[in-house]
Amino acid sequence: MNTLILTSIEQGLIFSVLAIGVTITFKILDFADMSVEGTFPFGAFLFAKLISGGFSPLISTLLSFTFGTLAGLLTYTLNIKLRIKALLSGILTATMLYTINLRLNGKSNMGLFSYPSIYEGHEPVIVLILIILAVKMLMDAFLKTEVGYLLIATGDNETLVKSLGEDSNKYKLIGLMISNGLVALSGALMAQYQGFAEITMGTGIIVVGIASIIVGDTILRRNKLLKATTRAIMGALIYKFIGALAIDLGLAPTDLKAINAIIVIIFLTYNTFNPLKIKKADEYKVVEEAKC
Amino acid sequence: MLNIINLTKTFNPGTSYELRIFNDFNLHINKGECTGILGANGCGKTTLFNIISGVLRQEKGTVSLNGKIIDNLKENERARFIGRVHQNPSAGVSPSLTILENISLSDKKCQKFTLRKLINKQKIESYREILKTLDLGLENKLNTEVKYLSGGQRQSLSLLMATMNKPELLLLDEHTAALDPKTSRLVMEKTQELIKSYNITTMMISHNVRDAVKYSDRIIMLDKGEIILDVRSGQITEKELLNIYNSRNYGSPLQEAV
Ligand SMILES: Nc1ncnc2c1ncn2[C@@H]1O[C@H](COP(=O)(O)OP(=O)(O)OP(=O)(O)O)[C@@H](O)[C@H]1O
Ligand SMILES: [Mg+2]
Repeated sequence: MNTLILTSIEQGLIFSVLAIGVTITFKILDFADMSVEGTFPFGAFLFAKLISGGFSPLISTLLSFTFGTLAGLLTYTLNIKLRIKALLSGILTATMLYTINLRLNGKSNMGLFSYPSIYEGHEPVIVLILIILAVKMLMDAFLKTEVGYLLIATGDNETLVKSLGEDSNKYKLIGLMISNGLVALSGALMAQYQGFAEITMGTGIIVVGIASIIVGDTILRRNKLLKATTRAIMGALIYKFIGALAIDLGLAPTDLKAINAIIVIIFLTYNTFNPLKIKKADEYKVVEEAKC
Repeated sequence: MLNIINLTKTFNPGTSYELRIFNDFNLHINKGECTGILGANGCGKTTLFNIISGVLRQEKGTVSLNGKIIDNLKENERARFIGRVHQNPSAGVSPSLTILENISLSDKKCQKFTLRKLINKQKIESYREILKTLDLGLENKLNTEVKYLSGGQRQSLSLLMATMNKPELLLLDEHTAALDPKTSRLVMEKTQELIKSYNITTMMISHNVRDAVKYSDRIIMLDKGEIILDVRSGQITEKELLNIYNSRNYGSPLQEAV
């Protein structure tokens, strides 16, 4: 049980980088970016390529983030420049990445045990906590800057951003690139953690990202001051934990994807039909009407 | 100041929904004046604003500002000299950000947005002072997200945000229609104060004939994309304006069906 807890914390931490990335597109930009399914393994294969090419684990990991941002650039180009719908743009990017991932190392499964990793010589969980803290602090600081606020405003109301004299598309590009960079980083961290990069590791990964956001928002709803990044991290950890619990209770690891989807369905349904929430909205409406 | 020459605009050209809203339309707006724009629902007032501010493109004609043709400028590039308050109260604010964050953003309007912190603690007091003049209590809600404000409160905030960088041309699209009578008067007075003290040329769409007479220097009335009345506001009374409204059979499809 103890190793199970540790493993799910470690994997939860890895997925929380993904969750922060998905938060930027789905939650902040209101952009349903499906390219994540390709970007996650892209990060893993990039890492495999770089580490086998002789780069250090740290440089390989950082470069995976950097090249990962290019996936966001591609989705942006398809969506904004070629006017393809957001959803389809992401799917097209993911499809292209599938081939790119296979081409990168010339195989669909690449073992990494013979190469060094950033976890080497340390407790993986400590390394991961440090990385997640760094990502979170950078993200939080960024969202407090002028550019960061324009990113939020772009997801909210593009008309306002334009009336401030800014091209809202620029902020979509920034958001998509950071998001995909983080997802690729998450993939690189996962590849090193599990010791291999594998072509199907992105399948259904978008559900993990969205699930983390939903779980974080649902469980931590009462705390208004909690930042979106904190919610994403907590959500990823809790979500991973529920999945681990299900396996510990006797479900097979092959059932995991279905469990993932079911967790999302349960939380979504809970949010929709939760009587407390409906009451709260009504209360607000009454208060507002009384004020007029 | 603003010069619109031979403007032609058609919605959905070549389809069965084709609607020619302006045909060789001409309009000149004088510098420093407040021009009230009246006209029935659907006569093209908002469309005119959309063309001036670059949201929509005309198929013919030119729009120039201070002698410079602005047809090739994008919406966000025109924002440098055009401020606008939209008919929809939510169009001028970012709902998930707080009042303070919204105002801080608009304070940076058309400047360079950088990686510096947006909120400047030293400016909070001055924002509070500006908000106080609205008398809506918004100065005590600086950290409230704008989505929790009423439509009228949002609209008032939009007005402040649209005028903060003193635009050369201000487009007001029924900006007090969502407000209660008292707040509406207050916001109107505030509008007047802002445009007079900054000397902003203003176009003000309104369905309120009284406001139009009282607050504008010139009144024009549109019908089916044409100017059917163009007078100085001193030369016409509320009553006469209402009579023109009533005497005209505005050919909206709904009325025709009756
Ligand atoms: N984007 C659009 N596509 C097609 N038709 C449009 C579009 N925008 C406006 N119209 C049509 O153009 C006409 C004028 O619309 P507009 O919004 O300019 O009216 P308005 O004078 O502002 O009316 P109101 O007083 O109700 O605000 C309407 O018949 C409307 O249906
Ligand atoms: Mg209108």
